[in-house]
Amino acid sequence: MREETLIPKIGVVTDIRVDTPDVKTFRVVGLDGKKVFEHIPGQCAMLSIPGVGEGMFSITSSPTNTEFMEFSIKKCGCLTSWLHMMEVGQQITIRGPYGNGFPVESDLKGKDLLFIAGGIGLAPLRSVINYVRDKKENYGSVHIIYGSRSADDLVDYQEIIDEWMADENVKVDLTIDRPQEGWDGHVGFIPSFVEELKPDLSRTVLICGPPIMIKFTLDGLKKMGFEESQVYTTMELRMKCAIGKCGRCNIGNKYVCKDGPVFRFDQLDELPNEY
Amino acid sequence: MKKIALTKLDELFAAIAASKSLYLPVDTEKGAKYTAWTEGAKLSEATNTVRSAKDFFFPQVEDMASFKVEGKKIEVIDTRKEAEDFVVFGVRACDAKSFEILDSVYLVDPVDSYYASRREHGVVMTLACSRPTETCFCKAFGIDAAEPAGDISCWKTEDSLLLKANTEKGQALLDSLSMLEDAEDTAADAVKAATREIVEKLPLSNLSTDAFGGDKLSALFDSDKWESLSESCLACGTCTFVCPTCQCYDIRDYDTGHGVKRFRCWDSCMYSDFTLCAHGNTRTTQMQRFRQRFMHKLVYYPANNNGVFGCVGCGRCMRSCPISMNIVKVMKTLEG
Amino acid sequence: MQEVMKKRASELLADGTVVRVLGWKNGEFAYDPTPAVFQTVESLEAFVYNDFCASNLSKYLIKFLRQEGKTLVFLKPCDSYSFNQLLTEHRVIRENVYIIGVPCDGKVAEDKLREKGAEGILGIETEGDQIKVKTLYGDLDLNKKECLGERCLSCKSHQVVVFDEMLGENGEENPDCGRFDMVEKLEAMTPEQRFEFWRGELSKCIRCNACRNICPACSCEKCVFDNPASGISQKAAADSFEENMFHIIRAFHVAGRCTDCGECSRVCPQHILLHLLNRKFIKEMNECYGEYQAGAEAGSRAPLVNFTMDDCEPSIIYTKEAGK
Repeated sequence: MREETLIPKIGVVTDIRVDTPDVKTFRVVGLDGKKVFEHIPGQCAMLSIPGVGEGMFSITSSPTNTEFMEFSIKKCGCLTSWLHMMEVGQQITIRGPYGNGFPVESDLKGKDLLFIAGGIGLAPLRSVINYVRDKKENYGSVHIIYGSRSADDLVDYQEIIDEWMADENVKVDLTIDRPQEGWDGHVGFIPSFVEELKPDLSRTVLICGPPIMIKFTLDGLKKMGFEESQVYTTMELRMKCAIGKCGRCNIGNKYVCKDGPVFRFDQLDELPNEY
Repeated sequence: MKKIALTKLDELFAAIAASKSLYLPVDTEKGAKYTAWTEGAKLSEATNTVRSAKDFFFPQVEDMASFKVEGKKIEVIDTRKEAEDFVVFGVRACDAKSFEILDSVYLVDPVDSYYASRREHGVVMTLACSRPTETCFCKAFGIDAAEPAGDISCWKTEDSLLLKANTEKGQALLDSLSMLEDAEDTAADAVKAATREIVEKLPLSNLSTDAFGGDKLSALFDSDKWESLSESCLACGTCTFVCPTCQCYDIRDYDTGHGVKRFRCWDSCMYSDFTLCAHGNTRTTQMQRFRQRFMHKLVYYPANNNGVFGCVGCGRCMRSCPISMNIVKVMKTLEG
Repeated sequence: MQEVMKKRASELLADGTVVRVLGWKNGEFAYDPTPAVFQTVESLEAFVYNDFCASNLSKYLIKFLRQEGKTLVFLKPCDSYSFNQLLTEHRVIRENVYIIGVPCDGKVAEDKLREKGAEGILGIETEGDQIKVKTLYGDLDLNKKECLGERCLSCKSHQVVVFDEMLGENGEENPDCGRFDMVEKLEAMTPEQRFEFWRGELSKCIRCNACRNICPACSCEKCVFDNPASGISQKAAADSFEENMFHIIRAFHVAGRCTDCGECSRVCPQHILLHLLNRKFIKEMNECYGEYQAGAEAGSRAPLVNFTMDDCEPSIIYTKEAGK
């Protein structure tokens, strides 16, 4: 019989990093110890625990990582709670890659980039950030604005400090929602932080976070003079098949799993406001 | 074109059933139903079956794979089997068209192997309508009830069944049926004309689709008429389940006690949990769910498929909806 | 009757007694009215009441529970039992509803017309017991009594049991309706035959939930079958007995609360005889605890939620099985 994408492959969890009280990053390889498949930054994979369910997750690691894939997953439902209980060595099922991914080899090439992320919203952007850092000759400078509820909720904090902040091509600005002992960085919500920082209008923006944060940040960006056509985001809706057939993740005539998850805001503008 | 006397239909069915499973509409106490042919089964005279013919290619429930879970180990078991050869007889023009719509979803890359296997192994023998009814509006979607598609098209005249192959698969089946006699290519012309004459008189044949299509998205989505159209919708899935073109599915896992079975089943955009996920629900009201169903058929699908509508006008939803709300009322209200 | 109803609805809307009218709106054909809400006198233009207005409107009143203003609703006899039951369960507020009772001598089922050969229906006119059906393939003269919906053939009561005003003459209860005849036939079967019968019926189920969603007794905000955490997937039968369980559990859940309005069987696209399950429960309870009709009286306590000293002992079940 022909190949069937709905029948998953086996992945093995080889490392689990506790990022925040409710986010863990899982390292996954195939049974042969190699990467299960190649992907484009921003693409997703369907992970599942048989008997529990299947869910779509951004691949957090960069395609330039040739050894494994990583998934930063926030515990917020049935499947994610189960994934959080896993130990190293646990097998899961995996299929993908799905979705369009960010246009790293076309529209983003040669551009100065601005990443704006809130909370677990860093997960899909991390793949792009590390990809761009690894191929810096193809891109301009990188500015990252990242915020979370608290200092404890900053995902990938160690990597941000050790690698991103140490990269001379990268500028990182962090913020947390409320003051906290031991935090001497910026305090305040992302939308206002972005306005304070007055990022360079020539930058192409990649934004991901809670819907409310995206909404206000986008409003702020537009006020500053950014065009919707220079701002990208990545969407998340309920998905089952991940290949544009099961019919539930549509926004108008676009399927998030197939035509997305990455959209430009001028593209989203043409779609019904149902996301 | 081939022909066989109506009195010899049983002989024809027996010959087909000798090598393949044969399904055809048979009358039950409550309407016609596709049934496996057995000696003595009588072809229904009904305009159409209560349930659509999509079940043959996209069954309500089907197993996708199995898993064996032992400690930290998982084994994926591919439980797929190549479909067996089968023939569906008596499919109407509307349902034949619905297969094209399902194909446009399931046979585009990545091809759905479950569906594809059934499509490859199924031979569709259509039968032109002779008594279309008032709930029929296939003509509004450009379908000719007198010229149904399929691998083999059939027509019933006063005394014979005329058969014409449209595909290689159909030709091969016709070639294998030695009892068929040759017929003039024009033999069906009279019955075709008669059917078309009746279709002209159907109350919904001239239903206008002008107000719909992929380019009318925002105007229709924002219409204030959805509220009143959906106000008495019960949020059941009847319309979606009897619909020949509704193709949405859910994937579920079931713990059998000695392993996990992953299956898929029909789903309905009318259900409250259709878009529910851990972080919330994008359609929280029945109006939104109701709107999705009709927008999909009349706007989203045509937007992605060169203007072809996602409805074939079979009228099943008109007959089955518990509150008699249906696509015709929706179209007329939105247009009016 | 339709014109009188329209007139009263207009008057009550105009004088501010009610802010909305719950009734039926005309359809595409003569036989497909849809339940509808009318908020203006002008919109009542589309109001319709005829032999095909079968929908029980009581359940829609739950939706208006949290909305301002009084709702006018037209209730047929069977619908009025459902209303009382909803009242008993505090799902509607009596003061927020203005009820106009309308007599009913049975509603015609579209299926029955089709069974009698009506295809290509272009028009339907009723005169007393005569139904004249105009079709593309000739005209038919049918007898209304022969075209009534299944439930109307064994109607328990022609009486509207709760109303603010009654249009026309109220009917009476119909104790000799024979509604348990079929149940008795099932009881007379051997367990194997009965199992076969129910498997045959219930395996037709396509899990569309129409029976549950129309049922006035199924008024839970969130059904257990819609709860992903319940472990019972609502959408399909994971094994070959699951759809049987769905209906059996549902029947248990509405036992003592089901007024026998028959909507479940009317709406089933697969024509499953669902009301027989409920009638079995009603008959069983009547035999164990004495006659009880859910919805006959608002506030009445159903036998299954009411303990009395002379309740039968649980062992009666065994006694019955032993044929005593």
